[in-house]
Amino acid sequence: MLEIQNLHVFYGGIHALHGISLNVPDEKIIALLGANGAGKSTTLRCIMGIVKPAEGSILLNGESLLGYKSFEVVKKGVAMVPEGRRVFTNLTVYENLSLGAYARKEQDKVRQDIEAVYHLFPRLQERAFQPAGTLSGGEQQMLALGRALMSKPTLLMIDEPSLGLSPLLSQTVLKRLKDLNRDTGQTILLIEQNARAALSIADYAYIMEVGSIRLEGAAADLAKDDQVRQTYLGIH
Amino acid sequence: MTFDQFIQNLANGISLGSLYALIAIGYTMVYGILRLINFAHGDIVMLGAYVAFYGVVMFMLPWWVAFPLAIILTAGIGVIIERAAYRPLRSFPRINLFTSAVAVSFLLENLGNVIFGGRPKAFERPAFMDIALQIGEASVLSYTPIIIVTAAILFAILIYIVNRTKVGMAMRALSKDIETTGLMGINTDRIIMFSFMLGSALAAAGGILWAIKFPQINPLMGVMPGLKAFIAAVLGGIGNITGAMLGGFLLGVVEIMIVAFFPDLSGYRDAFAYVILILLLLFRPTGIMGEVQAEKV
Ligand SMILES: Nc1ncnc2c1ncn2[C@@H]1O[C@H](COP(=O)(O)OP(=O)(O)OP(=O)(O)O)[C@@H](O)[C@H]1O
Ligand SMILES: [Mg+2]
Repeated sequence: MLEIQNLHVFYGGIHALHGISLNVPDEKIIALLGANGAGKSTTLRCIMGIVKPAEGSILLNGESLLGYKSFEVVKKGVAMVPEGRRVFTNLTVYENLSLGAYARKEQDKVRQDIEAVYHLFPRLQERAFQPAGTLSGGEQQMLALGRALMSKPTLLMIDEPSLGLSPLLSQTVLKRLKDLNRDTGQTILLIEQNARAALSIADYAYIMEVGSIRLEGAAADLAKDDQVRQTYLGIH
Repeated sequence: MTFDQFIQNLANGISLGSLYALIAIGYTMVYGILRLINFAHGDIVMLGAYVAFYGVVMFMLPWWVAFPLAIILTAGIGVIIERAAYRPLRSFPRINLFTSAVAVSFLLENLGNVIFGGRPKAFERPAFMDIALQIGEASVLSYTPIIIVTAAILFAILIYIVNRTKVGMAMRALSKDIETTGLMGINTDRIIMFSFMLGSALAAAGGILWAIKFPQINPLMGVMPGLKAFIAAVLGGIGNITGAMLGGFLLGVVEIMIVAFFPDLSGYRDAFAYVILILLLLFRPTGIMGEVQAEKV
Protein backbone atom coordinates (compact mmCIF):
# COMPACT_ATOMS: atom_id res chain seq x y z
CA MET A 1 0.00 0.00 0.00
CA LEU A 2 2.64 2.50 1.08
CA GLU A 3 6.20 2.42 -0.22
CA ILE A 4 8.87 4.81 0.91
CA GLN A 5 12.24 4.89 -0.81
CA ASN A 6 15.38 6.69 0.27
CA LEU A 7 13.66 9.56 2.08
CA HIS A 8 15.82 12.51 3.15
CA VAL A 9 14.52 15.38 5.26
CA PHE A 10 16.29 18.47 6.51
CA TYR A 11 15.10 20.95 9.14
CA GLY A 12 17.26 23.91 8.24
CA GLY A 13 20.73 22.45 8.73
CA ILE A 14 19.58 19.38 10.67
CA HIS A 15 19.59 16.22 8.60
CA ALA A 16 16.62 14.50 10.27
CA LEU A 17 16.08 11.57 7.89
CA HIS A 18 19.07 9.99 6.14
CA GLY A 19 17.45 8.06 3.34
CA ILE A 20 14.99 5.72 4.98
CA SER A 21 12.98 3.14 3.08
CA LEU A 22 9.98 1.27 4.33
CA ASN A 23 6.97 -0.67 3.18
CA VAL A 24 3.45 -0.95 4.53
CA PRO A 25 1.61 -3.86 2.88
CA ASP A 26 -2.21 -4.03 2.73
CA GLU A 27 -4.06 -5.11 5.85
CA LYS A 28 -0.95 -5.28 8.02
CA ILE A 29 0.11 -3.48 11.17
CA ILE A 30 3.59 -2.07 10.77
CA ALA A 31 5.40 -0.64 13.76
CA LEU A 32 7.98 2.13 13.55
CA LEU A 33 10.08 2.13 16.69
CA GLY A 34 13.04 4.03 18.02
CA ALA A 35 14.32 6.40 20.65
CA ASN A 36 13.39 10.07 21.05
CA GLY A 37 14.50 12.16 18.13
CA ALA A 38 15.05 9.18 15.83
CA GLY A 39 12.82 10.70 13.14
CA LYS A 40 9.63 8.69 13.50
CA SER A 41 7.25 11.65 13.62
CA THR A 42 9.18 13.32 10.83
CA THR A 43 8.53 10.29 8.63
CA LEU A 44 4.77 10.52 9.19
CA ARG A 45 4.73 14.29 8.76
CA CYS A 46 6.53 13.82 5.48
CA ILE A 47 3.90 11.35 4.27
CA MET A 48 1.16 13.85 5.20
CA GLY A 49 2.83 16.63 3.24
CA ILE A 50 3.49 18.75 6.34
CA VAL A 51 7.25 18.45 5.86
CA LYS A 52 8.82 18.45 2.40
CA PRO A 53 11.51 15.84 1.74
CA ALA A 54 14.73 16.86 0.02
CA GLU A 55 15.00 13.53 -1.77
CA GLY A 56 13.21 10.22 -2.07
CA SER A 57 9.81 8.92 -3.01
CA ILE A 58 6.56 8.13 -1.25
CA LEU A 59 4.10 5.99 -3.16
CA LEU A 60 0.56 5.20 -2.11
CA ASN A 61 -0.73 2.30 -4.18
CA GLY A 62 1.79 3.26 -6.82
CA GLU A 63 0.90 6.96 -6.91
CA SER A 64 3.36 9.55 -5.63
CA LEU A 65 2.25 11.61 -2.64
CA LEU A 66 5.00 14.19 -3.05
CA GLY A 67 3.88 17.78 -3.54
CA TYR A 68 0.42 17.26 -2.11
CA LYS A 69 -0.88 19.19 0.88
CA SER A 70 -2.22 17.41 3.96
CA PHE A 71 -5.85 17.75 2.98
CA GLU A 72 -5.14 16.20 -0.41
CA VAL A 73 -3.25 13.31 1.14
CA VAL A 74 -6.23 12.72 3.41
CA LYS A 75 -8.51 12.65 0.38
CA LYS A 76 -6.28 9.99 -1.13
CA GLY A 77 -7.05 7.78 1.85
CA VAL A 78 -4.38 8.40 4.48
CA ALA A 79 -5.25 9.56 7.98
CA MET A 80 -2.90 10.44 10.80
CA VAL A 81 -3.38 10.66 14.52
CA PRO A 82 -0.77 13.26 15.42
CA GLU A 83 1.64 13.01 18.30
CA GLY A 84 0.04 14.40 21.45
CA ARG A 85 -3.50 13.78 20.07
CA ARG A 86 -4.23 17.39 19.29
CA VAL A 87 -7.99 17.17 19.51
CA PHE A 88 -9.80 20.47 19.02
CA THR A 89 -10.35 21.36 22.65
CA ASN A 90 -12.80 24.16 21.82
CA LEU A 91 -15.08 21.83 19.84
CA THR A 92 -17.36 19.18 21.23
CA VAL A 93 -16.55 15.49 20.93
CA TYR A 94 -19.26 15.18 18.31
CA GLU A 95 -17.87 18.11 16.31
CA ASN A 96 -14.37 16.65 16.46
CA LEU A 97 -15.69 13.44 14.98
CA SER A 98 -17.66 15.27 12.29
CA LEU A 99 -14.56 17.22 11.33
CA GLY A 100 -12.74 13.96 10.73
CA ALA A 101 -15.28 13.25 7.98
CA TYR A 102 -15.09 16.75 6.51
CA ALA A 103 -13.71 15.76 3.14
CA ARG A 104 -15.90 12.77 2.55
CA LYS A 105 -18.43 12.70 -0.24
CA GLU A 106 -21.14 10.51 1.30
CA GLN A 107 -22.09 12.86 4.13
CA ASP A 108 -25.24 10.84 4.83
CA LYS A 109 -23.09 7.97 6.07
CA VAL A 110 -21.27 10.19 8.56
CA ARG A 111 -23.94 9.94 11.23
CA GLN A 112 -23.77 6.17 11.04
CA ASP A 113 -19.97 6.14 11.24
CA ILE A 114 -20.06 8.36 14.31
CA GLU A 115 -22.29 5.71 15.85
CA ALA A 116 -19.69 3.10 14.93
CA VAL A 117 -16.98 5.11 16.69
CA TYR A 118 -19.26 5.41 19.74
CA HIS A 119 -19.61 1.68 19.65
CA LEU A 120 -15.84 1.30 19.61
CA PHE A 121 -15.36 3.86 22.39
CA PRO A 122 -18.59 4.11 24.43
CA ARG A 123 -17.02 6.75 26.63
CA LEU A 124 -17.10 9.18 23.71
CA GLN A 125 -20.84 8.85 23.38
CA GLU A 126 -21.34 9.75 27.03
CA ARG A 127 -19.24 12.85 26.44
CA ALA A 128 -20.58 13.67 22.97
CA PHE A 129 -21.63 17.26 23.63
CA GLN A 130 -18.84 18.17 25.98
CA PRO A 131 -15.91 20.28 24.76
CA ALA A 132 -13.06 17.91 23.92
CA GLY A 133 -10.82 19.95 26.23
CA THR A 134 -12.69 18.54 29.21
CA LEU A 135 -11.82 14.93 28.34
CA SER A 136 -9.10 13.03 30.15
CA GLY A 137 -5.90 12.19 28.31
CA GLY A 138 -7.03 8.66 27.53
CA GLU A 139 -10.43 9.84 26.32
CA GLN A 140 -8.73 12.40 24.10
CA GLN A 141 -6.59 9.65 22.63
CA MET A 142 -9.72 7.65 21.83
CA LEU A 143 -11.26 10.73 20.29
CA ALA A 144 -8.18 11.39 18.16
CA LEU A 145 -8.31 7.81 16.98
CA GLY A 146 -12.05 7.94 16.29
CA ARG A 147 -11.64 11.23 14.47
CA ALA A 148 -9.00 9.73 12.19
CA LEU A 149 -11.23 6.73 11.48
CA MET A 150 -14.05 9.06 10.41
CA SER A 151 -12.24 9.76 7.14
CA LYS A 152 -12.46 6.03 6.31
CA PRO A 153 -8.74 5.83 5.67
CA THR A 154 -7.20 3.03 3.68
CA LEU A 155 -4.02 3.71 5.64
CA LEU A 156 -4.20 4.77 9.29
CA MET A 157 -1.05 6.22 10.83
CA ILE A 158 -0.80 6.72 14.57
CA ASP A 159 1.95 8.62 16.33
CA GLU A 160 2.48 7.30 19.86
CA PRO A 161 -1.02 6.40 21.00
CA SER A 162 0.18 5.46 24.46
CA LEU A 163 1.93 8.74 25.15
CA GLY A 164 0.86 9.85 28.61
CA LEU A 165 -1.49 6.92 29.15
CA SER A 166 -1.32 4.44 31.98
CA PRO A 167 0.13 1.05 30.97
CA LEU A 168 -3.32 -0.46 31.33
CA LEU A 169 -4.98 2.13 29.13
CA SER A 170 -2.30 1.92 26.47
CA GLN A 171 -2.81 -1.84 26.43
CA THR A 172 -6.50 -1.22 25.81
CA VAL A 173 -5.85 1.25 23.01
CA LEU A 174 -3.38 -1.08 21.29
CA LYS A 175 -5.81 -3.95 21.64
CA ARG A 176 -8.50 -1.85 19.96
CA LEU A 177 -6.11 -1.27 17.08
CA LYS A 178 -5.43 -4.97 16.79
CA ASP A 179 -9.17 -5.72 16.79
CA LEU A 180 -9.75 -3.08 14.15
CA ASN A 181 -7.08 -4.62 11.97
CA ARG A 182 -8.39 -8.12 12.43
CA ASP A 183 -12.08 -7.26 11.97
CA THR A 184 -11.91 -4.76 9.14
CA GLY A 185 -8.49 -5.35 7.62
CA GLN A 186 -7.47 -1.80 8.47
CA THR A 187 -3.87 -1.14 7.41
CA ILE A 188 -1.96 0.61 10.19
CA LEU A 189 1.40 2.29 10.51
CA LEU A 190 2.09 2.62 14.22
CA ILE A 191 4.73 4.64 16.01
CA GLU A 192 5.44 3.62 19.57
CA GLN A 193 7.93 4.29 22.32
CA ASN A 194 6.74 1.18 24.08
CA ALA A 195 8.44 -1.26 21.73
CA ARG A 196 7.35 -4.35 23.55
CA ALA A 197 3.67 -3.49 23.37
CA ALA A 198 3.95 -2.46 19.74
CA LEU A 199 5.76 -5.65 18.75
CA SER A 200 3.01 -7.66 20.38
CA ILE A 201 0.38 -6.39 17.96
CA ALA A 202 2.45 -5.62 14.83
CA ASP A 203 3.16 -7.92 11.92
CA TYR A 204 6.43 -6.30 10.93
CA ALA A 205 8.56 -3.59 12.48
CA TYR A 206 11.26 -1.07 11.64
CA ILE A 207 13.60 0.25 14.27
CA MET A 208 14.99 3.72 13.68
CA GLU A 209 18.07 5.33 15.10
CA VAL A 210 19.05 8.94 14.45
CA GLY A 211 17.44 9.28 11.08
CA SER A 212 18.04 5.82 9.63
CA ILE A 213 16.41 2.42 9.76
CA ARG A 214 18.68 0.40 11.99
CA LEU A 215 16.87 -2.93 11.96
CA GLU A 216 13.75 -4.45 10.48
CA GLY A 217 11.98 -7.74 10.58
CA ALA A 218 8.87 -9.68 11.46
CA ALA A 219 7.62 -8.43 14.81
CA ALA A 220 7.72 -11.87 16.39
CA ASP A 221 11.37 -12.32 15.37
CA LEU A 222 12.42 -8.90 16.62
CA ALA A 223 10.73 -9.54 19.93
CA LYS A 224 12.95 -12.63 20.32
CA ASP A 225 16.14 -11.04 19.01
CA ASP A 226 18.74 -10.68 21.77
CA GLN A 227 20.12 -7.38 20.57
CA VAL A 228 16.63 -5.89 20.26
CA ARG A 229 15.68 -7.21 23.64
CA GLN A 230 18.69 -5.59 25.25
CA THR A 231 18.70 -2.29 23.44
CA TYR A 232 15.03 -1.56 22.93
CA LEU A 233 13.07 -3.73 25.29
CA GLY A 234 15.36 -3.31 28.28
CA ILE A 235 15.56 -7.06 28.91
CA HIS A 236 18.95 -8.46 29.84
CA MET B 1 -30.39 64.80 31.75
CA THR B 2 -34.00 63.68 31.29
CA PHE B 3 -34.93 60.06 30.82
CA ASP B 4 -35.83 60.74 27.19
CA GLN B 5 -32.40 62.19 26.57
CA PHE B 6 -30.84 59.22 28.26
CA ILE B 7 -32.69 56.90 25.85
CA GLN B 8 -31.59 59.06 22.95
CA ASN B 9 -27.96 58.82 24.05
CA LEU B 10 -28.27 55.11 24.67
CA ALA B 11 -29.61 54.60 21.13
CA ASN B 12 -26.70 56.63 19.81
CA GLY B 13 -24.22 54.67 21.87
CA ILE B 14 -25.62 51.34 20.77
CA SER B 15 -25.62 52.33 17.11
CA LEU B 16 -22.02 53.55 17.35
CA GLY B 17 -21.14 50.42 19.31
CA SER B 18 -22.70 48.14 16.72
CA LEU B 19 -20.48 49.76 14.08
CA TYR B 20 -17.39 49.18 16.20
CA ALA B 21 -18.57 45.62 16.74
CA LEU B 22 -19.08 44.95 13.01
CA ILE B 23 -15.55 46.10 12.30
CA ALA B 24 -14.04 44.45 15.37
CA ILE B 25 -15.19 41.01 14.24
CA GLY B 26 -12.85 41.10 11.25
CA TYR B 27 -9.87 41.95 13.44
CA THR B 28 -10.66 39.23 15.88
CA MET B 29 -11.31 36.52 13.26
CA VAL B 30 -8.07 37.18 11.45
CA TYR B 31 -6.16 37.33 14.70
CA GLY B 32 -7.79 34.13 15.90
CA ILE B 33 -6.66 32.30 12.80
CA LEU B 34 -3.35 33.82 11.77
CA ARG B 35 -2.30 35.69 14.95
CA LEU B 36 -2.13 38.70 12.66
CA ILE B 37 -3.37 42.18 13.46
CA ASN B 38 -4.69 43.18 10.10
CA PHE B 39 -3.81 46.86 10.07
CA ALA B 40 -5.49 47.25 6.69
CA HIS B 41 -8.87 46.28 8.10
CA GLY B 42 -9.89 49.89 8.79
CA ASP B 43 -9.20 50.75 5.18
CA ILE B 44 -11.59 48.01 4.11
CA VAL B 45 -14.22 49.99 6.00
CA MET B 46 -13.37 53.01 3.86
CA LEU B 47 -13.47 50.98 0.64
CA GLY B 48 -16.92 49.66 1.49
CA ALA B 49 -18.24 53.18 1.90
CA TYR B 50 -16.66 54.41 -1.35
CA VAL B 51 -17.82 51.49 -3.45
CA ALA B 52 -21.37 52.05 -2.17
CA PHE B 53 -21.02 55.79 -2.85
CA TYR B 54 -19.92 55.28 -6.45
CA GLY B 55 -22.59 52.64 -6.99
CA VAL B 56 -25.23 55.20 -6.17
CA VAL B 57 -23.66 58.37 -7.59
CA MET B 58 -21.86 57.12 -10.68
CA PHE B 59 -23.81 54.02 -11.66
CA MET B 60 -27.17 55.35 -10.50
CA LEU B 61 -27.96 52.12 -8.68
CA PRO B 62 -30.75 52.18 -6.10
CA TRP B 63 -29.36 51.87 -2.58
CA TRP B 64 -30.74 48.35 -2.14
CA VAL B 65 -28.60 47.21 -5.06
CA ALA B 66 -25.57 49.41 -4.45
CA PHE B 67 -25.12 48.59 -0.76
CA PRO B 68 -25.19 44.78 -0.99
CA LEU B 69 -23.09 44.94 -4.14
CA ALA B 70 -20.51 47.10 -2.35
CA ILE B 71 -20.38 44.56 0.46
CA ILE B 72 -19.77 41.73 -2.01
CA LEU B 73 -17.11 43.62 -3.99
CA THR B 74 -15.30 44.74 -0.86
CA ALA B 75 -15.34 41.19 0.49
CA GLY B 76 -13.67 40.24 -2.81
CA ILE B 77 -10.99 42.88 -2.25
CA GLY B 78 -10.39 41.45 1.23
CA VAL B 79 -9.86 38.04 -0.33
CA ILE B 80 -7.43 39.44 -2.90
CA ILE B 81 -5.43 41.18 -0.18
CA GLU B 82 -5.16 37.94 1.76
CA ARG B 83 -4.09 36.05 -1.33
CA ALA B 84 -1.55 38.60 -2.52
CA ALA B 85 -0.13 40.13 0.65
CA TYR B 86 -0.59 37.63 3.48
CA ARG B 87 -0.69 34.08 2.18
CA PRO B 88 2.78 34.12 0.61
CA LEU B 89 4.25 35.30 3.93
CA ARG B 90 2.46 32.91 6.22
CA SER B 91 5.42 30.60 6.76
CA PHE B 92 7.81 33.45 7.53
CA PRO B 93 8.33 35.15 10.90
CA ARG B 94 5.21 36.96 12.08
CA ILE B 95 6.86 40.37 11.82
CA ASN B 96 6.89 40.07 8.01
CA LEU B 97 3.15 39.58 8.03
CA PHE B 98 2.66 42.63 10.24
CA THR B 99 4.84 44.73 8.00
CA SER B 100 2.89 43.60 4.99
CA ALA B 101 -0.37 44.55 6.70
CA VAL B 102 0.94 48.04 7.44
CA ALA B 103 2.05 48.33 3.81
CA VAL B 104 -1.37 47.27 2.53
CA SER B 105 -2.97 49.86 4.79
CA PHE B 106 -0.83 52.67 3.36
CA LEU B 107 -1.39 51.37 -0.13
CA LEU B 108 -5.17 51.44 0.22
CA GLU B 109 -5.15 54.90 1.78
CA ASN B 110 -2.90 56.32 -0.93
CA LEU B 111 -4.81 54.59 -3.71
CA GLY B 112 -7.94 56.05 -2.15
CA ASN B 113 -6.40 59.50 -2.35
CA VAL B 114 -5.43 59.04 -5.98
CA ILE B 115 -8.59 57.34 -7.22
CA PHE B 116 -11.32 58.91 -5.06
CA GLY B 117 -9.58 62.23 -4.38
CA GLY B 118 -8.57 63.51 -0.98
CA ARG B 119 -11.49 65.90 -0.57
CA PRO B 120 -14.37 64.57 1.54
CA LYS B 121 -17.49 63.60 -0.36
CA ALA B 122 -21.04 63.93 0.86
CA PHE B 123 -22.66 60.53 1.28
CA GLU B 124 -26.37 60.87 0.73
CA ARG B 125 -28.43 58.55 2.80
CA PRO B 126 -31.72 57.25 1.44
CA ALA B 127 -34.61 59.53 2.43
CA PHE B 128 -36.34 56.98 4.66
CA MET B 129 -33.30 56.97 6.92
CA ASP B 130 -33.76 60.67 7.68
CA ILE B 131 -37.13 60.58 9.39
CA ALA B 132 -37.15 62.06 12.89
CA LEU B 133 -38.49 59.67 15.52
CA GLN B 134 -39.78 61.26 18.71
CA ILE B 135 -38.76 59.74 22.04
CA GLY B 136 -40.80 61.87 24.43
CA GLU B 137 -38.98 65.21 24.43
CA ALA B 138 -35.95 63.94 22.56
CA SER B 139 -35.66 62.49 19.08
CA VAL B 140 -33.43 60.31 16.93
CA LEU B 141 -33.30 60.02 13.15
CA SER B 142 -34.53 56.75 11.71
CA TYR B 143 -31.05 55.70 10.60
CA THR B 144 -30.14 55.03 14.24
CA PRO B 145 -32.55 52.11 14.72
CA ILE B 146 -31.87 51.01 11.14
CA ILE B 147 -28.14 50.71 11.90
CA ILE B 148 -28.85 48.77 15.08
CA VAL B 149 -31.24 46.35 13.41
CA THR B 150 -29.04 45.81 10.36
CA ALA B 151 -26.03 45.11 12.56
CA ALA B 152 -28.09 42.74 14.69
CA ILE B 153 -29.17 40.79 11.60
CA LEU B 154 -25.56 40.56 10.40
CA PHE B 155 -24.43 39.36 13.84
CA ALA B 156 -27.11 36.69 13.81
CA ILE B 157 -26.01 35.49 10.37
CA LEU B 158 -22.37 35.42 11.46
CA ILE B 159 -23.12 33.52 14.66
CA TYR B 160 -25.15 31.04 12.67
CA ILE B 161 -22.33 30.48 10.18
CA VAL B 162 -19.66 30.10 12.84
CA ASN B 163 -21.61 27.83 15.18
CA ARG B 164 -23.99 25.90 12.99
CA THR B 165 -22.36 25.27 9.62
CA LYS B 166 -19.61 22.96 8.49
CA VAL B 167 -17.39 25.76 7.30
CA GLY B 168 -17.90 27.54 10.63
CA MET B 169 -16.82 24.41 12.44
CA ALA B 170 -13.69 24.35 10.29
CA MET B 171 -13.06 28.00 11.17
CA ARG B 172 -13.26 27.24 14.86
CA ALA B 173 -10.93 24.27 14.43
CA LEU B 174 -8.52 26.36 12.40
CA SER B 175 -8.30 29.01 15.10
CA LYS B 176 -7.10 26.30 17.48
CA ASP B 177 -4.66 24.38 15.29
CA ILE B 178 -4.07 24.96 11.59
CA GLU B 179 -1.88 21.94 10.99
CA THR B 180 -4.29 19.47 12.55
CA THR B 181 -7.19 21.07 10.69
CA GLY B 182 -5.35 20.17 7.49
CA LEU B 183 -5.07 16.60 8.76
CA MET B 184 -8.89 16.46 8.77
CA GLY B 185 -8.88 16.74 5.00
CA ILE B 186 -9.80 20.43 5.18
CA ASN B 187 -8.31 22.85 2.71
CA THR B 188 -7.10 25.36 5.26
CA ASP B 189 -6.21 28.00 2.66
CA ARG B 190 -9.80 28.04 1.57
CA ILE B 191 -11.11 28.41 5.12
CA ILE B 192 -8.70 31.29 5.75
CA MET B 193 -9.91 32.91 2.54
CA PHE B 194 -13.50 32.47 3.66
CA SER B 195 -12.70 34.12 7.00
CA PHE B 196 -11.19 37.14 5.25
CA MET B 197 -14.26 37.29 3.06
CA LEU B 198 -16.61 37.30 6.04
CA GLY B 199 -14.54 39.82 7.99
CA SER B 200 -14.26 42.15 5.01
CA ALA B 201 -17.97 41.87 4.23
CA LEU B 202 -18.82 42.91 7.79
CA ALA B 203 -16.27 45.75 7.65
CA ALA B 204 -17.79 46.95 4.37
CA ALA B 205 -21.24 46.87 5.91
CA GLY B 206 -19.77 48.77 8.85
CA GLY B 207 -18.28 51.33 6.45
CA ILE B 208 -21.58 51.90 4.67
CA LEU B 209 -23.47 52.24 7.95
CA TRP B 210 -20.72 54.53 9.23
CA ALA B 211 -21.18 56.74 6.18
CA ILE B 212 -24.92 56.75 6.83
CA LYS B 213 -24.32 57.91 10.40
CA PHE B 214 -21.51 60.35 9.58
CA PRO B 215 -22.26 61.23 5.95
CA GLN B 216 -18.88 62.61 4.93
CA ILE B 217 -16.47 60.13 3.44
CA ASN B 218 -12.75 60.53 2.79
CA PRO B 219 -9.88 58.13 2.12
CA LEU B 220 -8.73 58.23 5.74
CA MET B 221 -12.18 57.73 7.23
CA GLY B 222 -11.39 54.12 8.14
CA VAL B 223 -8.46 54.94 10.39
CA MET B 224 -10.33 56.05 13.51
CA PRO B 225 -13.14 53.44 13.37
CA GLY B 226 -10.47 50.85 12.61
CA LEU B 227 -8.46 51.81 15.66
CA LYS B 228 -11.51 51.92 17.91
CA ALA B 229 -12.74 48.58 16.61
CA PHE B 230 -9.31 47.11 17.24
CA ILE B 231 -9.52 48.36 20.81
CA ALA B 232 -13.00 46.85 21.04
CA ALA B 233 -11.60 43.52 19.85
CA VAL B 234 -8.86 43.63 22.48
CA LEU B 235 -11.36 44.67 25.15
CA GLY B 236 -13.52 41.71 24.29
CA GLY B 237 -10.57 39.32 24.24
CA ILE B 238 -8.90 39.19 20.87
CA GLY B 239 -9.68 36.04 18.94
CA ASN B 240 -13.14 35.77 20.46
CA ILE B 241 -16.05 36.77 18.23
CA THR B 242 -18.63 37.27 20.98
CA GLY B 243 -16.03 39.27 22.85
CA ALA B 244 -15.51 41.56 19.86
CA MET B 245 -19.22 42.31 19.75
CA LEU B 246 -19.40 43.00 23.49
CA GLY B 247 -16.26 45.14 23.32
CA GLY B 248 -17.74 47.14 20.45
CA PHE B 249 -21.00 47.83 22.26
CA LEU B 250 -19.23 48.64 25.50
CA LEU B 251 -16.92 51.11 23.80
CA GLY B 252 -19.69 52.80 21.82
CA VAL B 253 -22.03 53.21 24.77
CA VAL B 254 -19.36 54.36 27.22
CA GLU B 255 -17.96 56.82 24.72
CA ILE B 256 -21.35 58.45 24.09
CA MET B 257 -22.40 58.37 27.75
CA ILE B 258 -19.25 60.02 29.01
CA VAL B 259 -19.76 62.86 26.58
CA ALA B 260 -23.43 63.05 27.51
CA PHE B 261 -22.85 63.16 31.26
CA PHE B 262 -19.69 65.28 31.16
CA PRO B 263 -20.09 67.61 28.18
CA ASP B 264 -16.93 69.45 29.24
CA LEU B 265 -14.91 66.37 28.43
CA SER B 266 -16.27 65.95 24.91
CA GLY B 267 -12.97 67.11 23.44
CA TYR B 268 -11.29 64.05 24.96
CA ARG B 269 -13.87 61.69 23.58
CA ASP B 270 -11.46 59.61 21.52
CA ALA B 271 -9.05 59.31 24.43
CA PHE B 272 -11.67 57.47 26.49
CA ALA B 273 -11.34 54.44 24.33
CA TYR B 274 -7.70 54.17 25.34
CA VAL B 275 -8.38 54.87 28.99
CA ILE B 276 -11.01 52.11 29.09
CA LEU B 277 -8.65 49.78 27.30
CA ILE B 278 -5.76 50.41 29.67
CA LEU B 279 -7.93 50.08 32.77
CA LEU B 280 -9.56 46.88 31.60
CA LEU B 281 -6.32 45.30 30.55
CA LEU B 282 -4.74 46.16 33.90
CA PHE B 283 -7.42 44.18 35.68
CA ARG B 284 -8.17 41.57 33.07
CA PRO B 285 -5.24 41.17 30.68
CA THR B 286 -7.06 38.71 28.42
CA GLY B 287 -10.06 40.97 27.81
CA ILE B 288 -13.67 40.28 28.68
CA MET B 289 -14.11 36.91 26.98
CA GLY B 290 -10.49 36.07 26.30
CA GLU B 291 -8.86 32.93 27.50
CA VAL B 292 -5.22 32.63 28.25
CA GLN B 293 -3.70 31.47 25.03
CA ALA B 294 -0.24 30.34 24.14
CA GLU B 295 1.29 32.25 21.26
CA LYS B 296 1.35 30.20 18.09
CA VAL B 297 4.74 29.45 16.67
N1 LIG C 1 10.31 21.54 13.31
C1 LIG C 1 11.55 21.10 13.54
N2 LIG C 1 12.61 21.94 13.40
C2 LIG C 1 13.85 21.52 13.63
N3 LIG C 1 14.18 20.28 13.98
C3 LIG C 1 13.19 19.40 14.14
C4 LIG C 1 11.83 19.76 13.93
N4 LIG C 1 11.05 18.68 14.16
C5 LIG C 1 11.90 17.70 14.50
N5 LIG C 1 13.19 18.12 14.48
C6 LIG C 1 14.37 17.29 14.77
O1 LIG C 1 14.36 16.18 13.93
C7 LIG C 1 14.75 15.02 14.64
C8 LIG C 1 13.68 13.96 14.52
O2 LIG C 1 12.51 14.41 15.20
P1 LIG C 1 11.16 13.58 15.28
O3 LIG C 1 10.15 14.42 15.91
O4 LIG C 1 10.86 13.02 13.94
O5 LIG C 1 11.60 12.41 16.26
P2 LIG C 1 10.73 11.23 16.86
O6 LIG C 1 11.39 9.97 16.46
O7 LIG C 1 9.32 11.39 16.54
O8 LIG C 1 10.97 11.45 18.42
P3 LIG C 1 9.95 11.27 19.65
O9 LIG C 1 9.93 9.84 19.97
O10 LIG C 1 10.60 12.07 20.74
O11 LIG C 1 8.63 11.81 19.24
C9 LIG C 1 15.03 15.47 16.06
O12 LIG C 1 16.41 15.63 16.21
C10 LIG C 1 14.33 16.77 16.19
O13 LIG C 1 15.00 17.62 17.07
MG1 LIG D 1 7.67 11.85 17.59
